[in-house]
Amino acid sequence: MSVRQLPIIPISTPRIGAVGKTGKWRIFKPIIKQDKCVKCLQCWLYCPDAAIIRDENDNVTVNYDYCKGCGICAHECPVKAIEMVKEE
Amino acid sequence: MPLSIKNLPKEEILLQPGHAACPGCPIGIGLRIVGKVLGKRTVIVVPACCTSIIQGPYPYSAIKVPLVNVIFAASAAVASGIASAFEAMGVRDVNVVVWAGDGGTADIGLQALSGAAERNDNIIYICYDNEAYMNTGIQRSSSTPYKAWTTTTVTGKQEFKKNVPAIVAQHRIPYVATASIGYPLDFAEKLQKASKIKGFKYIHLLAPCPVGWRFDPSLTIEVGKLAVLTGLWPLYEVENGVFRLTSISLGLLDKSRRVPVEKYLRLQGRFKHITDEDIKVYEEYVDQLWEVLRKLHGKKIV
Ligand SMILES: Cc1ncc(C[n+]2csc(CCOP(=O)(O)OP(=O)(O)O)c2C)c(N)n1
Ligand code: SF4
Ligand code: SF4
Ligand SMILES: [Mg+2]
Repeated sequence: MSVRQLPIIPISTPRIGAVGKTGKWRIFKPIIKQDKCVKCLQCWLYCPDAAIIRDENDNVTVNYDYCKGCGICAHECPVKAIEMVKEE
Repeated sequence: MPLSIKNLPKEEILLQPGHAACPGCPIGIGLRIVGKVLGKRTVIVVPACCTSIIQGPYPYSAIKVPLVNVIFAASAAVASGIASAFEAMGVRDVNVVVWAGDGGTADIGLQALSGAAERNDNIIYICYDNEAYMNTGIQRSSSTPYKAWTTTTVTGKQEFKKNVPAIVAQHRIPYVATASIGYPLDFAEKLQKASKIKGFKYIHLLAPCPVGWRFDPSLTIEVGKLAVLTGLWPLYEVENGVFRLTSISLGLLDKSRRVPVEKYLRLQGRFKHITDEDIKVYEEYVDQLWEVLRKLHGKKIV
């Protein structure tokens, strides 16, 4: 491609994983104990990485491809249903 | 329908996973809420700041709505232009939003912000305030609080934080509000209100930054809550000139219900060096602030 063919304004394309699988950054991993969860959705609301998946029935699971392991979900869960464990 | 967690949309409308923010970053939380409340018909203008990195490197972007990256000083002016263009084209259902840092708002973008506010241009300006120039390595801004360590205030900042929402409110615009990442639903309600008002809307969102404020990334929400519960960061709105405390802050006019400010300060490494004397200064600051808020609450102030 010649310089002339380049766009005058660079335009990025949206995609999931714009900087790759950010789950690789993780040191601690959140584990949701489903039997304790009361579906309050606090973890889903607060996750900075949109890495808590909320299904049609408000069940929550972690998207480990992108969860960075910040621990906010575990810290904010009112019933302590989320535990942070060290990655191997 | 009143806003609640349950009726916020499940899908991610603005920010997708796999973005470049640090773990525990408040910007991710804030942008997700903006998308869920304002919806797809949103254009966002971002000056140089952490967000311009978070969105991801060319040729990819984590942001699903049109986003325009602009030079530091110009965000409000660019947003005004976009809003005017939509107006001229007869497009009425798009939210034009500025999403700028405290450096890009309280310092470098202040004149463009003031210009757009004075013209009452039809935009929502959101300042996410992480209280320093974080993207370039934690330099102080005029929004950095008293005694906070930054790489350019190594013994603690000598000056107090600039009160930007109060300055903006003096432009006689229809809507000004403060918010905190610790209370996303309060923020969501204010965004929803702002989206229904024509003219200039300003929301100042306190955004605790684990890296720059030196706290564990799991504590972003807790720090955002404590800022409010101590009375240091009051949640309020000024609608058509009438000042009103909102949500949790409504209950804090009674001093006995405020958490001691020390609890907030001691949670953060940037205040590690502060003395009992400094804490006293902070306590007096909060008391004086609430004497003023008591007088403002429920009154027409502009
Ligand atoms: C005119 C200009 N000066 C300096 C910079 C370098 N710069 C890029 S981001 C940034 C910090 C922005 O701070 P703030 O607005 O508070 O946003 P934050 O990074 O904290 O999110 C600076 C100084 C620039 N891009 N343009
Ligand atoms: S915060 Fe805890 S209880 Fe609430 S939905 Fe998440 S895991 Fe379940
Ligand atoms: S650890 Fe952090 S990034 Fe991972 S799911 Fe919990 S809140 Fe989201
Ligand atoms: Mg900043």
